[in-house]
Parts: sequence; structure tokens; C-alpha cells
Amino acid sequence: MSSESSYYVPEQSKLPLMAATGMGAMGYGAASWVIDGGTSTIFLIGSLIMAAAMYKWWSLVIEENTRGIVSDQLKHSYVLGMYWFIFSELMFFVCFFGSLFYVRVLVGPWLDGEAAVGWFDDTATDAAIANATHLWPGYDATWPPLVTPDQVVTLAANPDATEFQFKGPEHAMSFPGWSFSQILGWLPLWNTIVLLSSSGTVHVAHHALKEGNRKKFVTWLGLTVLLGVVFLFLQAEEYIHAYQELGLTLESGIYGTTFFLLTGFHGAHVTLGTIMLLIAFLRGAKGQFTDKDHFGFEMAAWYWHFVDVIWIGLFLIVYVLG
Amino acid sequence: MAHGPSQNFFSRWLFSTNHKDIGTLYLWFSFAMFLLGGFFAMVIRAELFQPGMQLIKPEFFVQMTTMHGLVMVFGAIMPAFVGLANWMIPMMIGAPDMALPRMNNLSFWILPFAFTILTSTLFMEGGGPNFGWTFYAPLSTTYAPDTVNYFIFGVHMMGASSIMGSINIIATVMNMRAPGMTYMKMPLFVWTWVITAFLLVAVMPVLAGAVTMMLMDINFGTSFFDAAGGGDPVLFQHVFWFFGHPEVYIIILPAFGVVSQIIPTFSRKPLFGYSSMVYATASIAFLSFIVWAHHMFTVGMPIAGELYFMYATMLIAVPTGVKVFNWITTMYKGALTFETPMLFSIAFVILFTFGGFTGMMLSIAAADTQYHDTYFVVAHFHYVMVAGAVFSGTAAVYYWLPKWCGRMYDETMGKVQFWIAFIAFNITFMPQHFLGLAGMPRRYSDYGLQFTDWNMVSSIGAFLYGGAQLLFLYNVIRTIGWGKPIDDPQVWEGAEGLEWTVPTPAPFHTFSTPPVVK
Amino acid sequence: MMKRAKALFLGLLRPSSLLLAGSVSAESVTRQLNMPRGVTEVSQAAYDIHMIMIWICTVIGVLVLGFMFYVMFAHRKSKGVTAANFHENLVVEVLWTVIPALILIVMAVPATTALLKVYDTENPDIDIKVTGYQWKWQYEYIGEGVKFMSELRTSQDEIYGRAPKGEHYLREVTQPLVIPTNKKVRFLITGNDVIHSWWVPDFGVKRDAVPGLFTAAWTKTDQPGTYVGECTELCGLGHAFMPVVVEVKEEAEYEAWLAGKKEEAAIYASTIGKQWTFDELMVKGEQVYGRSCAGCHQVNGEGITGVFPALKDSPIALGPAEGHIAILIDGVAGSAMQSFAEQLSEVEIAAVVHYERNAWGNDVGDIVQPINVLNFKQSQ
Ligand code: HEA
Ligand code: HEA
Ligand code: HEC
Ligand code: CUA
Ligand SMILES: [Cu+2]
Repeated sequence: MSSESSYYVPEQSKLPLMAATGMGAMGYGAASWVIDGGTSTIFLIGSLIMAAAMYKWWSLVIEENTRGIVSDQLKHSYVLGMYWFIFSELMFFVCFFGSLFYVRVLVGPWLDGEAAVGWFDDTATDAAIANATHLWPGYDATWPPLVTPDQVVTLAANPDATEFQFKGPEHAMSFPGWSFSQILGWLPLWNTIVLLSSSGTVHVAHHALKEGNRKKFVTWLGLTVLLGVVFLFLQAEEYIHAYQELGLTLESGIYGTTFFLLTGFHGAHVTLGTIMLLIAFLRGAKGQFTDKDHFGFEMAAWYWHFVDVIWIGLFLIVYVLG
Repeated sequence: MAHGPSQNFFSRWLFSTNHKDIGTLYLWFSFAMFLLGGFFAMVIRAELFQPGMQLIKPEFFVQMTTMHGLVMVFGAIMPAFVGLANWMIPMMIGAPDMALPRMNNLSFWILPFAFTILTSTLFMEGGGPNFGWTFYAPLSTTYAPDTVNYFIFGVHMMGASSIMGSINIIATVMNMRAPGMTYMKMPLFVWTWVITAFLLVAVMPVLAGAVTMMLMDINFGTSFFDAAGGGDPVLFQHVFWFFGHPEVYIIILPAFGVVSQIIPTFSRKPLFGYSSMVYATASIAFLSFIVWAHHMFTVGMPIAGELYFMYATMLIAVPTGVKVFNWITTMYKGALTFETPMLFSIAFVILFTFGGFTGMMLSIAAADTQYHDTYFVVAHFHYVMVAGAVFSGTAAVYYWLPKWCGRMYDETMGKVQFWIAFIAFNITFMPQHFLGLAGMPRRYSDYGLQFTDWNMVSSIGAFLYGGAQLLFLYNVIRTIGWGKPIDDPQVWEGAEGLEWTVPTPAPFHTFSTPPVVK
Repeated sequence: MMKRAKALFLGLLRPSSLLLAGSVSAESVTRQLNMPRGVTEVSQAAYDIHMIMIWICTVIGVLVLGFMFYVMFAHRKSKGVTAANFHENLVVEVLWTVIPALILIVMAVPATTALLKVYDTENPDIDIKVTGYQWKWQYEYIGEGVKFMSELRTSQDEIYGRAPKGEHYLREVTQPLVIPTNKKVRFLITGNDVIHSWWVPDFGVKRDAVPGLFTAAWTKTDQPGTYVGECTELCGLGHAFMPVVVEVKEEAEYEAWLAGKKEEAAIYASTIGKQWTFDELMVKGEQVYGRSCAGCHQVNGEGITGVFPALKDSPIALGPAEGHIAILIDGVAGSAMQSFAEQLSEVEIAAVVHYERNAWGNDVGDIVQPINVLNFKQSQ
């Protein structure tokens, strides 16, 4: 509730229009880029405008803050903005997790002629049985699916076929088994360790900041950024492995689809979080945060925790139970 | 910060950080979109005036239907209510402005770009989106023209705009209320808007997810919506309606808010059942998340799913009924007068209830087997959206326009517009119930001879209704330019609330120092 | 121009005369207001619950809105009333929450039983597979070896106003689906390209035809007759032009029809080797083209820029016949150009390919025989 009399209402600003223009060019440019024969020029111009606008915008906010015109109430507005932004991000992931659930638990059994939710009613519907007899005979839904319905049907018609619309992967990304070396060589586990510890390090950094220990703060925050980069590096490694050795690609049916989209969007969010932390790191190194006033850093830290939580969900659902 | 509006026209409107100016921008933008979407509807109705293809080709007809739905929902109705929120929420809760004024301007300016991208597809090779506003896969993926990619990014931008706008509203309401303005003292319009904003933040990302999956399926070989790869076209529908159903309440909740402001004013009596109104709104919002598949009753879901979604949908009648009863009881034993805003609000109550009843009929899955995708559904949602959202939006403009510009509209002309709109609306959409029941499917560019008569009636009504909108436009412009000046802060005899304590016309900055609410 | 103006003017008169004439109607179908009762258990259940809902809503509406009109009349300021100031009353608020909830529970009972009927697809006597194509239906009598396409018969001329519209405008197909009376028929419905929806109002059957998945519906009626329905899921520009027509015949008649169909197939198989002449093929080809291809590639073979390629001067149509046949047999994956191998007979494919190679100034000059098509199919 408003307590002070001077909420800062900024002067007119050219930045919003500039950002909107950038965004418009990016949207238009991206669309013309993905269409066959398109180019990326407009998209790149848009990104530059957008990047410039964002840079100026954040600089302006930081400058306003250092000038001291940002009241606690305004800070609280920023904080609320961040909370709800994170909530919207969460819903974005809910959409993809929900889709994974749907194709995995319901669609698979329907296509191969079983009752979808067996524990509720285990008689398959007429439609499901017809799917298995007339449309996808021979398809056996398991998760992770290493063959696609298309592949099964095409192979049945022509056992030498090599061209498919969707060809399943040779291996999945799931838990490889309990032997020590298998576990040790399992990248997702390392990714989890890296990401979880980064949440720890950012927490330590936060405490250091609250204690007013800038050196410690900068060190631990730097370490967090480093861990973020390591994570991204490992994930890139994993993707290369998937594409080159496991035959797991975006085109390998629903498994490749959900795997790459979920982990890919997570990776994109890690990238964003790392950039936010990096900015906080640079600002911290310049001494712009005090033990009382550091919501810029705090926002980045929340975001980081959020990305972490998503990862735990991914790790359990996509990898361990995958 | 007592800076007035910039004298330079361009810098005032392009670079604004003022909630009133941005509200005005939103309102004009949405009205322009309403005319555009209405123009598309006129093309549809002109073609359907007679059986046979007279004016346009079937492929263009489908594009018109799609663009009409998209432009009306995302371009006309949603921005209109954001505009009202911008204007009114800070004044109603005693805040100097929106919580994040620069972001406010950004969320507006994204819209013109998004809609330019969207409409420009009509002029591209392959034509505009031609898969309905619900863009079911695979018609919108494998079988879509290349321009679908512009549509996808256009939707992304609209989503970004809505999310930013909503975050702003939530932050404003949570953080900017004047001392003493507790949650349960907030005007109902504010309440309905916070809840709407919450719905928006929750479901726009899901829409973004849906179009992202489309983008991947179209361009990067994934198989979300392709059974050959282990996906399912029906998945798209689930994702879409998880967004789409809350979306229709996003459209109607602010309308409820508007009506809940207007009816007490012209009844000269406080709103009946304030707290139950708040709880009812929240329940509607909650229920809206768990009923989405009632749009998919014919898609072949297992019967357990079907039954569940039927029961859950029926439940919505309870909180909605509470609202209707509260409005009527507010009028009971009041001292009623029937100025134009009140007329539109009463029409709202009548026609919305009617549309709600057809909604209840649709929710009965066995009967929906017959109704689904016919003009009966079209009639249902125009009753709730046109007589619901558009009527209440019109009411809101008549109600608050004197406050905004310090001039009174012409009451006679307002009433004339009301009666034309009310009658023409019913001529347009009442026959569509009959068409639907008699078996005319929607999104049809042509129909069998047995549907001719009612289609003609409907088309004539539609042209008349369109005419009423032009009258509205004239009326608004006339008021702003030449209306009778007024300076009574309260404007309406029975109006209560902070916004009626500031001078008329509302100065550029209100509540630079917060008022204290007892 | 004048003609259109006149038509519009007459059009304006018709509904107004209708409004004046009220319920007096010449052709009852034209003025139909309500849902048809239909001829099956399911459609009647749907109708009954529909009427129940109408009555419940009418009663509630009259009570609630009636009260409001009373208030609007009695409590107006111009009558000199002064406003009361109450704004709460727990009792009424609880009542108007509980009573609608009770009404809902009452409504839920018939709604549930009706839905159970819709889903009762077990133990059918006959299984028919219905496949939606852009923009026609295919019917296959499972286990009988009978399968055919059912396409719109109304001509483009009627649609575009170049010829007067027939009585059955948009309600007529090349071959209707035929089913017997008093047998439980189960429809297994799927789509070939996009989602369609198979609707016969009089049966109370409407199920989406989703590509890659089946949905099921059923029907059983004792009333022979012709029943017309529609495609009710937006499926592209021909959405309005793919009606459903079902003929219900007495059992014996049905059996005879089915036997005839089987014989037809046998005769066809034995004549496939016949050599056709250039002109015979052109005539046949034009028919097939008009029915199956012109919807996309247009009657003049020029297609629609950016959506459907022109066949006139197309390298495929001018190139070797093999490649041309291949496109019809295999379709073009991931595009609207579907495979026609299942939809058209060898004769029809040969004819249409031949036609395309020799119409609109494409004059390749060769002859494509049905046997070429059969050989191509078998070589795959
Ligand atoms: C503003 C938007 C809006 C609103 C408020 C509603 C409100 C409701 N809608 Fe509607 N609806 C749409 C917009 C809206 N709808 C749109 C756009 C579509 C089509 C989308 C598309 O396919 O393109 C659609 C489609 C649609 C369908 C799918 C139909 C089909 O495609 O087959 C269904 C099915 O259940 C449905 C149901 C309902 C119900 C139960 C309500 C309820 O909220 C209504 C509740 C209100 C009342 C019931 C009246 C007041 C209550 C009382 C007086 C109390 C007593 C009453 C009783 C006990 C009955 N709607
Ligand atoms: C809130 C949203 C909203 C609003 C306000 C409207 C307003 C109107 N709508 Fe519709 N409509 C939808 C949302 C809305 N609609 C949606 C979501 C669909 C589904 C789309 C789909 O199937 O995908 C739909 C579909 C739809 C159809 C079915 C199309 C089909 O199935 O093929 C029809 C047909 O009559 C129709 C008509 C109208 C008319 C006559 C108006 C009128 O109220 C419009 C009045 C306004 C004007 C006319 C503008 C003002 C005047 C001018 C611009 C000057 C020119 C005027 C003249 C020449 C007279 N709408
Ligand atoms: C539903 C729409 C549709 C129908 C019906 C249709 N086609 Fe096509 N056709 C297409 C599309 C789309 C393409 C382009 C495919 C691609 O290359 O992406 C195409 C391509 C072709 C081509 C290749 C042309 C070229 O130059 O690439 C031929 C030949 C052809 N169709 C013949 C036919 C014949 C013969 C029929 C009828 C029996 C027919 N088509 C019916 C949509 C259709
Ligand atoms: Cu097929 Cu609509
Ligand atoms: Cu809904």
C-alpha cells in the first residue's frame, strides 16, 4: 500500500517505442527467415535495435537507482513484476510438461490399442482397438519410444525401407543402468550436480552481500556464472552426442520432439539467467550493490532458482523416468 | 513530478508514460481494430446473404472468418479493456499512475506492430491465416500457407504485450493503492481486472507454447501434432483450449466489472453483495482452468473425460448466476434512471444471461453433439461477446467519457444508438440459433437452399448493427470536439468512488499525493 | 449488374414477407427453427435433453428477467421513489447459490444417460470405416471388400451462379453411403489429411475425423430414407462442399445393393486391361478432373498462386508419364497433394493423367492406359 507521497513517474521515453520497433522487426524478420529461401537480415536488424533498447533501458533503470530516485515502493513494483514474470515462465513450461504427459500417458496407448489409463478402466475403447488394427498395426507404445508408428507401418510394407517421415532414435537419453561407470558417464547427472551447486553458490553470494562482504559476493557470484556456462557447455555436448551417435534428432518422432523442446527451452532460460547473473556480477564488481539495496541481483537470483527447479522436474521426468 | 502533457503531438503520443494517454491510445487502437474486424464480418455476411459464391472465393472467405475472429478477440476487445484499466484503475485506487509506466507504453506499442504483421499476410502470396481463430493442427501446420509463420510471430507479440500489460496491472493494484484502500474496498472493476490479469499471465504463455509447437512442426520436423511420429492432432486442441477457455472469461470479466460500476450508479444504491461478487469472480476464474475440453466434445475423448468436462462446465452457472442476481438486486428498490450507459448495462444483463443459457445447453455433451460447430455456437458466443463485451465496453465509454474529456455526450443520440444496436443485434444473431439447430455448420462459405431466409435476415441485421457502430464513432468524436462542457466532478448523480472526486475533465496527473481512504 | 441488384432487392423482400407472414410457411424445411428429432435413439436422446434444457432455461429466464423488468418498471426515479441503502442479505445469497446448484444436479442426470447412449458402440452388426479427405468422404465396408468415394455432385456453375441452383444444391453426392434398417452400424471415423467431422443430424452422429486416429460412433434406425449431413470441422477452402448423404434401405434391398457393388468390383478388375482411345480418355478424364482435382488446381488448370501449383505448363505434366502417375499414386508428402491410389480407380487415374497432359494447351500427345497405372502400382 502506498505510504510515501512521491512515487516516481518517469518522464516521457523513446525507449518503449524503440523496443517495440525492434520486436516488430524481429517478429517479421523471424517469420520471413524460417520460410524457405528467406534471409535473416530483418531479424538481425531487429535484434540489434532490441539489444540497444534493452541496454539503454537497463542502464537508465540502474542510473535512476544510483541517483536515488527509486523509492522502496517502486522497487517493490519491480519485484512484483519479476515475480509474475517468473510465474508466466512457469506456465510456459507447464504447457510443455503437460504435452509430454499427454503424449506419453494417453496417446501412446491409444495408438497401440490399449486403454490409456489402465488403473481407471482397462477396457480399450473401440477407437483405440481400431487404431491398432487399421492404422498402426504392429506399433507397440513404450516410453521412450525408439520406433515411431510411421516407421512400423512403412517397414511392414517394405522391410528394406530407409526413408521415413519420422524415424525413431537408436538410443534414448534415459537412465543407463546402475553400474558405476554407466552412472559416471551419464551427462544429465553431471548437469544436475552442476546446476544444483550453482544454486548453492548464488545463495552463498547473496549471504555475503547481505553481510556486506563484497569480495566474497563477487567471488561466489563469479563461480555461479561459471557453473552456468559449464552447464550450457555440457548440454551442447549432450546434443552433439544425441545427434551424432544416438540418432536422436528433432525428427525422431515424439521422443526427439519432446526431449529437445523441453531441454532446449530450459537451456535457453539458463542462457538468459546466466546473462542476468553476469550483469549482476559486473555491477557487483563495480560496487553498485549495497547490503540493503540489491534487488537487481536478487531478481537474477530468483530467476536462477526458478531455472533450477525446472531442471529438477526435467531431470526426474525426462531423464530418470524417461 | 508535475509535468503536463508534452505540447508536441508526436512526442506526447509516441513516448508517453502517462496512464491516461496510454489508455486513450489503447482505446483508439481497439476501436480501429473493431472497425476492421467488423468490416471483415460485413464481408462474411455479404457473402452469406445468398447461397452460392457471389462476391468472394471460398479461400478468401475462410481468411475473412479467421481474421475476423482474431482481430475482434485480440485486437478489439482485449485492448479495449486494457485501455479502460489504464484510465480507471489508478484513479479508482488513488494511485499517481501505473506501477511501471514505461513498460506500459511498450505493451501498447507492440500491438500496432503485431497487427500490421498479422493483417499484412492478407496481401502476401498464399493469403492470410485460413484455419479459423482456433487454428487447429494439422490444417494450420502441414496444410497451412507459408504465411502462417507471420501469424505465429504475430501471436507471440500479442502475447508478450498482454503479459506485460497484465503484470503492470497486478503490480499497480498490489502496490499502489492509496492508504486505507484495502482489497475489499476496491471497486469491483479493479477486482475483476486483477483476476483477469492473473488469468492472462497464466494462459498467454500456454498460447505461446502452442504456437511454438506449431512453428517447430512446420519448420523443424517435430511431430507434436502428427500421429505418424507418435504425437496427436488433438494435443493441439487441448493446449489451445487450455488457453482458449480462460480467454473467453478474460473477455467477459472486465465487462462484469464495468457493469458492476454502472448499475449501482444509476440505481443510486450501493452494489448488492460486494463480497460475494468478488468470490464469484474468483470462482469463475478458477473454474475456467478446468473446463477447457467442453470445446472438444465431438473429438472422441473417452467417456470419463467427457462426463467430467460436462459436469465441471455446468458448475460455472452457479457463480455467474450469483453475479446476475446481485445486479438485479442492486436495482431492486433503487431509484432507477435510464441514461445510455444504464441502458447498455441492462441490455448486457438480459442478453448475456441469454447467451449464458445457450452456453449451458452447449455444456450438455450429448446435445453438443448436435450443436457443435454449427451456427448455434456462433450465436452463443456473439451473445456473450458482442452483447457482453462490446455492449459493456460501449456502456463504459458513455459512462466515463464525460469524466475523461469534460464534455457531455448527446443523450438522445446515445439512446438512438442504443436502440438501433439492441434491435439490430438481435436481428443479426437470434436467427443464427435457428440456423444452427436446423443444421448449418459454421465457417461455411456457402450453404444449401434451406438456410437462405435466416441468413438474409441475419445479414440485414448485421449491416444495421454496423451502421450503429458508425453512429457510435460519430457520437464519440462529436462529444470530444463539441459536447456540452461540464465541470461537476461527480458527473452522475449516483456515482461513488475516488475517480469521481477528481476534477472533471480529469487532469493529466491525478493523485500525485495519495488520498486517504476511510 | 442489374440482375444482381434485382436479386438483392427480391432477397430483401423475402425475409420481410417472412417476418410478416409469421409461422405460415410454404416449405417447412426452409423455416425450420428447432433441432430435428431424428430417427435414432441417440438423436432422440439429444433432442429430449435439448428440450429439457430449453424449458429449464426459459423458466429461469422468465423468473429472473421478469423480476428485473418489474424492478425497472416499479423502482424508477421518475416515479419519485427514493433509493434504499441495503447491500447484503445472507439468506438470499445462500439461496441463489444453492438453488441453481440443485437445478444443475437435476439436469446432470438425463445429460449423463444421454451421453452413455452416444458412447454405446459395442457389438455392432456392421462396421464401416469413414475417412475424410480434402474435400470428400470415403466409405469402406470393413470385411466386405467394398469401398468408394463420395463427392459433391453440385456443379461449379451452380455454385458460381452461372447456372440455376438445383433443388438439392450442395446436398447431393456422387455415391451416397448405404446402410440397412434395423442393424447396428458402427462408424469408425478417421481423416486422411486434416481434421474433418462427419455429421448426420438425423442420426445424432457427429464425430471428428482426426488424421492418424479413429473415433467411433454408431447408429440404428428403422426408418428408410435419405439423410443429409455435413462436414463440420473447418478443413480448408472446400469445407462447405463435402456433404454427407446416407441412404437407409430395407435389409433385402441393402443386401442386393451390396452384392451389386461386389460384382462391379469384380467386373472392373477383369476389364482393366482394355485399351482406351485418346478421346475416350479425354472425356473420362475431364469428368474425374472436374470432380477430384479442380477444387485445388482449378478448372482451367492454373491453380492458385502460392497455394496450389498450376498444372498447365507444369514440368510434371509435360514430363514423362511415369513421374506424373507417381505423383497421383504417392501424393506429395506433407502437402495438400494427397495420394489418390486409394481414392481413384486405375482407369480414373489413367484418364485424369491423360487429360492433364493433353488439356489447356498441354499437348504431350501420348496416351496413358489403365494398365500403365496398374503396372506402376505393382512395380512399387
Ligand atoms: C465472453 C465469452 C464467453 C462466455 C462468458 C461464455 C460462457 C459460457 N460458455 Fe461459451 N463460448 C465462447 C465464449 C464465451 N462463453 C466462445 C468464443 C465459444 C466458441 C469458440 C470457438 O469454437 O470458436 C464458446 C463455446 C462454448 C462451448 C463449446 C461449444 C462447441 O463448440 O460445441 C461451450 C460448451 O460447453 C460453452 C459453454 C459456456 C458456458 C457453460 C458458459 C457459462 O459461463 C455461462 C454461464 C451463465 C449463465 C448460465 C447465465 C446466468 C446464470 C443464471 C441466471 C443462474 C441460473 C442458471 C442455471 C441454473 C442454468 N461455450
Ligand atoms: C468479441 C469478438 C467478436 C465481435 C465483436 C464480433 C462481431 C461480429 N461478428 Fe463475429 N466472430 C467472433 C468474434 C466476434 N465477432 C469469433 C471469435 C468468431 C469465430 C471465428 C472463427 O470461426 O474462427 C466469429 C465469427 C463470426 C461469424 C461466423 C463466420 C463463419 O463461421 O464463417 C459471423 C457470421 O455472421 C460473425 C458475424 C459478426 C458480426 C456481424 C459482428 C458485428 O457485431 C460487427 C459489427 C461491427 C462493424 C460492422 C464495424 C463498424 C462499421 C464499419 C467498419 C463500416 C462498414 C459497415 C458497413 C458496410 C455496414 N462472426
Ligand atoms: C487438396 C488439394 C489438391 C487436390 C484435390 C489435388 N491436388 Fe494436385 N497438388 C496439390 C498441391 C498442394 C500440390 C503441390 C505439392 C508440392 O509440390 O508441394 C499439387 C501438385 C500436383 C502435381 C504436380 C504439379 C507440379 O508442377 O509440381 C500434379 C501433377 C497434381 N497435383 C495433379 C493432381 C491431380 C491429377 C489431381 C486430382 C486427381 C489433384 N492433383 C488433386 C493439391 C491438390
Ligand atoms: Cu471436411 Cu470440413
Ligand atoms: Cu469454453
